[in-house]
Amino acid sequence: MTTLWGYSISETRSIDYDKNDKTFALYLAEKVPSSKLCIGCGSCTATCTAGNLTEFNIRKLQMLVKRGENQEALNNLSKCMLCGKCLLVCPRGVDTRKMILTLIQYLRK
Amino acid sequence: MNLLGKQQIWKDYQKEIADDKYFYARSCIRQTFFPGSEWAYLDILRNKLQKEVVDDPRHTTCTGIGYHSDVVPIETIMTVVARHFALMTEAGYENMTPSCITSFGIYTEILDTWEHYPEIEEKIRDFLWQATKREFKKPKNLAHTSDIIYKFRQNIADLAVYSLKDVHSGRPLRGVDHIGCHYAKMFPSKGIGGAEFPAVLSGLIEAWGGEPVDYPERRHCCGFGFRNYLVMANRGFSVANSKKKFESMQAYAPDFILTNCPGCGMFLDKWQYTISEMEGITYGPDGYGIPVLTYEELTALLLGYDPWEIGLQMHQVAVEPLLDKMGIRYDPDAKYRNIRGESLGEPACPTYLKVK
Repeated sequence: MTTLWGYSISETRSIDYDKNDKTFALYLAEKVPSSKLCIGCGSCTATCTAGNLTEFNIRKLQMLVKRGENQEALNNLSKCMLCGKCLLVCPRGVDTRKMILTLIQYLRK
Repeated sequence: MNLLGKQQIWKDYQKEIADDKYFYARSCIRQTFFPGSEWAYLDILRNKLQKEVVDDPRHTTCTGIGYHSDVVPIETIMTVVARHFALMTEAGYENMTPSCITSFGIYTEILDTWEHYPEIEEKIRDFLWQATKREFKKPKNLAHTSDIIYKFRQNIADLAVYSLKDVHSGRPLRGVDHIGCHYAKMFPSKGIGGAEFPAVLSGLIEAWGGEPVDYPERRHCCGFGFRNYLVMANRGFSVANSKKKFESMQAYAPDFILTNCPGCGMFLDKWQYTISEMEGITYGPDGYGIPVLTYEELTALLLGYDPWEIGLQMHQVAVEPLLDKMGIRYDPDAKYRNIRGESLGEPACPTYLKVK
């Protein structure tokens, strides 16, 4: 079709909360209640070992999960090395390491 | 907030519109894609509202599309616009009324620039003199032609033969108002209702018995964006903007879309065909699209003009479902015939979008 028209319709980048799948986020909130305390300060990302070497961004990851943008979150999960430094710096006491492990666990189900 | 307060605030969102004696500036896109619109507007103003309008054949494009696409320098467009003002001055008129929203935005932008930088105005006056030996006075009043129709909406309602009511059920017809970005988003004080509450089209729909539709993407751009469309590689982005609007408005089952910008009217009409061919999606009921009308066409329909006389057969999306709802009588066999009854040729039928 693109060859006939010379272009195709760009995919929208808007986030539709009514259509996005929230089961991933609800599962995380149930298993790791502290994840709800996150204020998105980004300390976890600033200290992240994997983040220094790859595009892994734990602050962005939890935001994607809460928005229901699951596919992009899943693509990044495996980059975490589970070192736990993020857990040490979190001002809200979010169990970030458990958060990652829970998400991986959900994927394996 | 009491009513007095609301009225006070609303006063700040009004603009001055001249009563009579208009110098008309045609639109490149409107007269190409909706050829009956400008004729209908002139006929309504002259013969229904008894106004004086000059339509000078020497008037040219404002070169706005070239300017916004970075192929026409600002000094060039200013000199072209200065020539338009010179034609207006020579005709003895002071009220400029462009048909195109891009031109309206261009005139507004240039007049504002000259106000802040008088030395640029002097330079342009010199350019115009060197090129054409013409001089000009700046317009006393600048109003888009949809502003003029808005001003006389009640007079038009009094003269109207039809209204925006479904003749079968009596319900008000739901109209989506789509206002061109360059109408008031750049210079909010120059539009009725400003950039926040533009009422130039919804005011028409309400005055003529219809119901304006408020939907999430109401103020989103149609996607024209000049280079977005002109460069083929960007065209997918252009159509995506219209698609976003159609998806948003579809849930409210609008009976028609009303536009005051020629570009928006063209794209909201023709992209419905493109989207249907590319993805098999149509946005109206039963495989039809959502009819798109210019404000001149809607005014003419209400005043009893023949749909084919005002060029509605040039639309990609069939307007017949709307005509049926409004109870407008038309001859289906005359759709693709000229006034002498000769065949104009018929377009091929689209794969998905119903046009008959």
